[in-house]
Amino acid sequence: MSASSSAGGGRVRRLSWPGRAGHGFVAPYVVLLIAFGLVPTIYAIYFAFTDASERFAGLSNFATAATDFRFLPAVGHVALYLLIWLVSLVVLVVGLALLLHGLAARAADRALRFLYYIPGALAGAASAMVWLFMLDPTVSPVGFLLRASGLGTFGQVIAPGHLPILLAVIAFWTGAGGWIVVMYGALNNISADVLEAARIDGAGPWQIARHIQLPLLRKWIVYMVILSFAAGTQLFVEPQLLSQASNGVAGRDYSLNQLSYDFAFQNDNVGSAAAISVELLVVGLVVAGLFVARSGFFDAD
Amino acid sequence: MPTDIRRPAAAAHAGPAAGSTARRAGRAGRPARRRPPNPLRALALTAFLLFFVVPVLWLLLAATKTDDQLVHGDPLSFGSWSGLRHNWQALTSYQGDAIFLWLRNSAVYSFLALAITLCVTIPAGYALAMTEFRGRRTLLVATLVVMLMPNATLVVPLFLEINAVHLAGSMWSVILPYSFYPFGVYLTYIYFSTAMPKELLAAAKLDGCSEFGVFRRIALPLATPVVALVGFFSFVANWTNYFLPYVLLPDSDQFPVQVGLGTLLNNVPQFNPTVGSLEVQRPELALATLLAITPVLVVFLFSQRFLVAGMLAGATKD
Repeated sequence: MSASSSAGGGRVRRLSWPGRAGHGFVAPYVVLLIAFGLVPTIYAIYFAFTDASERFAGLSNFATAATDFRFLPAVGHVALYLLIWLVSLVVLVVGLALLLHGLAARAADRALRFLYYIPGALAGAASAMVWLFMLDPTVSPVGFLLRASGLGTFGQVIAPGHLPILLAVIAFWTGAGGWIVVMYGALNNISADVLEAARIDGAGPWQIARHIQLPLLRKWIVYMVILSFAAGTQLFVEPQLLSQASNGVAGRDYSLNQLSYDFAFQNDNVGSAAAISVELLVVGLVVAGLFVARSGFFDAD
Repeated sequence: MPTDIRRPAAAAHAGPAAGSTARRAGRAGRPARRRPPNPLRALALTAFLLFFVVPVLWLLLAATKTDDQLVHGDPLSFGSWSGLRHNWQALTSYQGDAIFLWLRNSAVYSFLALAITLCVTIPAGYALAMTEFRGRRTLLVATLVVMLMPNATLVVPLFLEINAVHLAGSMWSVILPYSFYPFGVYLTYIYFSTAMPKELLAAAKLDGCSEFGVFRRIALPLATPVVALVGFFSFVANWTNYFLPYVLLPDSDQFPVQVGLGTLLNNVPQFNPTVGSLEVQRPELALATLLAITPVLVVFLFSQRFLVAGMLAGATKD
């Protein structure tokens, strides 16, 4: 990375443009990349492998974190939540984008995209607030449904077993609209001639979707899954606020990030907090690497 | 639970009858845009419309009610204007204008970070897509990697780093990390490498344009959609970030409105029975949430036409 910020080497490049201009364009970005990407990562690794007196500690921080009674449940929570969320995200976002794109009425299509997107403005704490209300049978507009399913109180609705689904619903509610806009944009990018030719050859909407639109969307679907996976592993604000609002019925160490936070700021154990950070980082990288390798993600390069 | 509303609703009507009508309708009207509306499609889109919109609608209406109306009235009814005014007065008198202070903080953090992000991100994405330089490939891969790295995992190490350089508690401790936005670099990179014909730049180069001149006179004017897109995503990400300011800004006076909402929530007796004297009623919390999201909504309205026209604008290439 530092190589890219250093000048020189420009003359080696072909043609009339020296590499120096390219370096000039990226230099400020590289500075930020180092300061807020690289350095904290190194910090995390450093703290994960040292003890309180800054001596090399091997894997003991990782062992402390992994044997903590809160650790395995947190891993399970996050994994289940991710599974539900990612599957519903891929199926429903792509499905809805295709449905919207095929809509005959342009005005309705535009209005729907906007309305689907609106919850995106409530990302973070705001969506948690709204869903606290939606999940409280006493005030919820779907309170009758909650009661009909035998969930009469807020505490019953947010029982620990329900949380992966509830958190997935909240995340989908906030995030899906943005991805629908992205997928729709990608669909718009498909040449009308190609679609027309397919139609003349007798392809129905289903075949067009399956053989033309989906393959061309693949890159964006992969992209969505990677980014959503990354975002999903850092689950924090929703369970945090749910636990605040329920006096701990929804546990305060529900997700890995909450656990990492508590290690650092409640248990005063920065090493184990960093160990969890490093683990999340490694998981993210492995999954990302798999996707990148298998999807030809850098096709555009 | 809302899954329970929409899934069965969509599935129940996906029976064979609806399916065959849809197929017949599809075959009859050959030009795609003139097909009669497919009932199944309309149904699915409507079900999701309800799912996405009803909670927002409820929130809008909740701000006009008293707590009693919230519990006993029709959930989707309007309270009263005086109810709204009462909630407004109660909310704004909470810790003397705290809500305005939080909103102002959010605005300062988000806009400063947005400005830095755009100045840094657009040239970087452009250079990665359109120019050759040593280390380009490394930087591209590094960008992807950092972009995929869950940034919240770095919050604790970031806190230690910021602490070490004595920036803890300063507003720059959140603005500078916000400004680092690899996602924006990647969006810009994708945009330029798919939508910008290299021949155009080569022609300008032959005409003697300097590399910076090409960027400023040719690439930048064509990049409006991606500038809007990056600016929009960055602003929303900054405005809605919770974890970073929650950790880095301990002082209530410095909270952005997102963290402020958490404070308000702690003072709602229905959610926290042990609350002290600073009670916040649920409609006031709903009103505060509305205030917190308004700027993002406004920004979205403003940049929506760019979003639609701009995403992967390669389609407009003749």
